[in-house]
Amino acid sequence: MKVNKTKVKTRMNVTLLSVCVVSLSACSSLGVEPWERDLLAKKEMALTSSPIDAALDDHIYFSKEASSGGKSFGGGGCGCN
Amino acid sequence: MNNLNKDIKKEVAQKVSKKINLKAALSLATGALFGTSVTTGAVGQTIEADEWQFDTAFLLYSEVDRVTAGEAIVAGTKTFSNDEVLNLKFTFDTLTGPSANGAIAQPKAQTFTRASGIGRYRTPEGETPLDDTFHDTRVQLNGQWTQPVSDNVTGSVGGHLSKEYDYLSLGLNGNLAYDFNRKNSTFSMGISYFSDTFTPEGGIPKPLSSMLVGDSNSPEWDDEFAKTRISASENKSTSDLLIGFTQVINRRMITAFNYSYSMVDGYLTDPFKVVSVLNAEGLAQDYIYENRPDSRVKQSTFMQAKYHFDDSLLNMVADVSYRYMWDDWGINSHTIDSRFIIPVGRASYIEPHIRFYQQSAADFFTPFVIEDQLPVDFVSADYRIGEMSAVTIGAKYGVALNGGNELSFRLEYYHQRPTNGGFEEPEALNGLDTTPVIDAIIAQVSYSF
Repeated sequence: MKVNKTKVKTRMNVTLLSVCVVSLSACSSLGVEPWERDLLAKKEMALTSSPIDAALDDHIYFSKEASSGGKSFGGGGCGCN
Repeated sequence: MNNLNKDIKKEVAQKVSKKINLKAALSLATGALFGTSVTTGAVGQTIEADEWQFDTAFLLYSEVDRVTAGEAIVAGTKTFSNDEVLNLKFTFDTLTGPSANGAIAQPKAQTFTRASGIGRYRTPEGETPLDDTFHDTRVQLNGQWTQPVSDNVTGSVGGHLSKEYDYLSLGLNGNLAYDFNRKNSTFSMGISYFSDTFTPEGGIPKPLSSMLVGDSNSPEWDDEFAKTRISASENKSTSDLLIGFTQVINRRMITAFNYSYSMVDGYLTDPFKVVSVLNAEGLAQDYIYENRPDSRVKQSTFMQAKYHFDDSLLNMVADVSYRYMWDDWGINSHTIDSRFIIPVGRASYIEPHIRFYQQSAADFFTPFVIEDQLPVDFVSADYRIGEMSAVTIGAKYGVALNGGNELSFRLEYYHQRPTNGGFEEPEALNGLDTTPVIDAIIAQVSYSF
């Protein structure tokens, strides 16, 4: 019974490892060549397309809600919460 | 002569294109530089020019019947020839107007002592008690230096200083980003540390002590008031770890995944907030200063996807993100944020924005304490750590001007709806609004040059 449990555990580990390897190899097949970055290089495709708006929003929501950060550092910086 | 004209035209065209390229490239990099994101590596084009780029904004945040805040930002970014980037940011903000003091509405008028201990204010019957003495001005400076460390590694370090009348915050941060898979994947890690000092006027109240209400001109007042204080100032520190992974999916799509761990230690109580102590009928007998634990561990996961649609959907860029946050105070929250950048004509765009937020209450949150529940340990009636939901809806309009400059306007409506969370209210509170909603307008003008 003990052996069976170990076998099951090993099989699960192998499956998990396979999933990880497949995910990683999937990542390596994702993406573009340098000459295909025309759209990605546009300002509006930046992950934070307007850093000023993001900073102002962070300050508002940090002051009015119990959550902060996630996309960036939650940090201190003001006595508003 | 013709050749000379051609040369001049070519040079001007190159300069304009250089400036536009610079702007796009800087925008890609500035997420990290403004301290708003971990360095995300080179997903875009190379930074070419060697000049300052400025982003400025003025924001007005105004709540109906409550606080109004004005905030101005001037940020300058200089890119050096070897891809080193310096960013300096100056922020000035001011806050005025009434703010909830934590006490609950009552069927009769209530009187409170101002946080400074000098003077009183009266809340009419049926209204949520608001302290109208808040007035604060803050000056903040941020600096960030980013540079390539090796072919595939970008490093960034930054500092932060902010000073309010009663608050000082100092911070440092460091980030590393590693690009791989032809720079389609980026793994990044950042740490930050903040040290804050709170020196409120009137000092730090003794947690759970009763608010002294009386005549602040009486000769005994100062001695009696001093008995409700523990010190002139308190400190707290915040240490953050942020791990990020960015993946380009294809020519039109990019995704980001973050995990963050934040430890806050020290004085986490709000010295301006009290909790109403009610008798069995629900009538206020006392107001005690709130008391929060001296540490908090927050964790969050964050996912974002951006997709550039084609002509059939107006070349729109969709930006959708989700954050799940949880902490050891028992709070968890969900945030969904979506923006859609829609080009209008050749030089302008409109950007609708909608955000949903929902949070559960901290374990020690209670809108009031009933006398027979005393003594209590940790307690707060601050609605901001209670159960609530919120929605933001609005839009931004931006227009590109000559030479790559941009002017934009943003107008949003923010609606916060605190909810009862299952607390049974005594009879005297029947018919009173004990979970008032907050409505606010966010208006902003930005100019980049």
